[in-house]
Amino acid sequence: MKLMPCPLNGLRNITEFTYGGEVSVMPNPDAATDAEWADYVFNKTNPAGVVREWWLHNASGYWFIAERDAVTDCVLKTFDPGELFTARAEFPVAAEGQQKEKTV
Amino acid sequence: MPFALLRYGLSSDPVKTPDFPPPSSLKSSYDVVIVGGGGHGVAAAYYLAKRHGVTNVAVLEKGYLGGGNTARNTAVIRSNYLTPESVKFYIASVNLFRDLSNEFDFNIMYSERGQLTLAHSDATVRAFRQRCEVNRHLGGRTEMLDRQQIKELVPLLNLDTGHAPVLAGLWHIDGATARHDAVAWGYARGAVARGAEFHPLTEALDFVVEKNRVTAVKTNRGTVKCGAVVQAVAGSSSILMSKLGIRAPIHTYPLQAMVTQPVKPFLTPMVSSSALHCYVQQTGRGEVLIGGGSDPYPLYNARSTLDLKEGLLAHAVEMFPFLANAKLMRQWAGITDMTPDYSPIMGRSPIDNYYLDAGWGTYGFKATPICGKSMAELVASGGQIPEIIAPFSLERFSRFRQINEMGATAASH
Repeated sequence: MKLMPCPLNGLRNITEFTYGGEVSVMPNPDAATDAEWADYVFNKTNPAGVVREWWLHNASGYWFIAERDAVTDCVLKTFDPGELFTARAEFPVAAEGQQKEKTV
Repeated sequence: MPFALLRYGLSSDPVKTPDFPPPSSLKSSYDVVIVGGGGHGVAAAYYLAKRHGVTNVAVLEKGYLGGGNTARNTAVIRSNYLTPESVKFYIASVNLFRDLSNEFDFNIMYSERGQLTLAHSDATVRAFRQRCEVNRHLGGRTEMLDRQQIKELVPLLNLDTGHAPVLAGLWHIDGATARHDAVAWGYARGAVARGAEFHPLTEALDFVVEKNRVTAVKTNRGTVKCGAVVQAVAGSSSILMSKLGIRAPIHTYPLQAMVTQPVKPFLTPMVSSSALHCYVQQTGRGEVLIGGGSDPYPLYNARSTLDLKEGLLAHAVEMFPFLANAKLMRQWAGITDMTPDYSPIMGRSPIDNYYLDAGWGTYGFKATPICGKSMAELVASGGQIPEIIAPFSLERFSRFRQINEMGATAASH
């Protein structure tokens, strides 16, 4: 059984975890064009190498970030997302009636 | 043909010349370079030569003919998808498959056994009714079966599987299987006989791009100029596309499968259940072939894992309890390029003369003939997109026009 070093719970069976996708930066939903938004939603880097990705420990509901080699399947490093995301992402809400027209 | 076979059977000499010896060197320039020598790549080369007279074509293959996912799939041919776009496409593929042995004068062992998909919930029964009607409307042969009919069709199937008994079945009469290596061999032989070149052990490493056109392909055996490039590298699609800066909605997962020791013939149709994440079929050699869902996270590695095997086998034994006594003989994995809507990507790319045949996920083999034919048409016309593949363009994602086939996979992934 493969083990995953969870930053909160220590070494656990990988079957206790759910893969949550690559870590990427969300564009401002109000300012982004359709193309930028589609790129964020659908496109992946999908490298044959080290990738930074979200994982969830199901039992404790704890999300963290892992650096994993997608060729050798070695987990190189796991850490709390607080190390990467130091501030809450705030997107200013466009005022009523002033919503920007989005173009492709 | 039968007499040649008889003569060969009676002769004491082995074959002296190979079917299509690889050329010793690459030419400096080709009209079309096809990257990837699996079924799709050689099928495109075959149809380019046969239907469009384009023969100055090189197929570059990193390993050997059909050694990637063409050799690793479970050889299911069917058209019982959900959306009309997909059903039309796969019906065209099934029709081409039926005639391939004659066309090649080479037996691809096409065997029409039918595919039975099991529903364990009311929601699945509803989805099956829709798939059944869509398939029939577009010319496929599909029926709904009740429990009694399923029992008559597959007497050894356990209909009361654990927590979720079988309620109904989707019976796809057109479901078939064929020898995957023979399909690749037939296409490659036909392409080479018409003038195309097949280069094994030749890896495309990088591209030379000028004015938004690929003008040359750099390989481990030197650089070749090209008029157009087709990429058909299932399992490495993202890697090749990233060399041209093309971003794609592809996530690469391993898909594991296995066969048991051979047993007496007991199972004609292919039986699958997406609720049990498992499909079972018996090969012509008698082995029971068991396949299931993809691995739970992306990976570029065809390694096998015990936990996935255990889960899959538990479900296979639920469906066919006597399999508990069968021994596993082989197991393997393929690398699949999954897209968010479980449909492939075919057509043009942001680079003018670079064409995409990618994102095949777990259903590339069954599309080999129609995809090869359509890609050949696309390349020969200089980028006019054939109607049958128009819905599967890369741009469908930025236009939010996905073709959802998540529920139509044999086992959910």
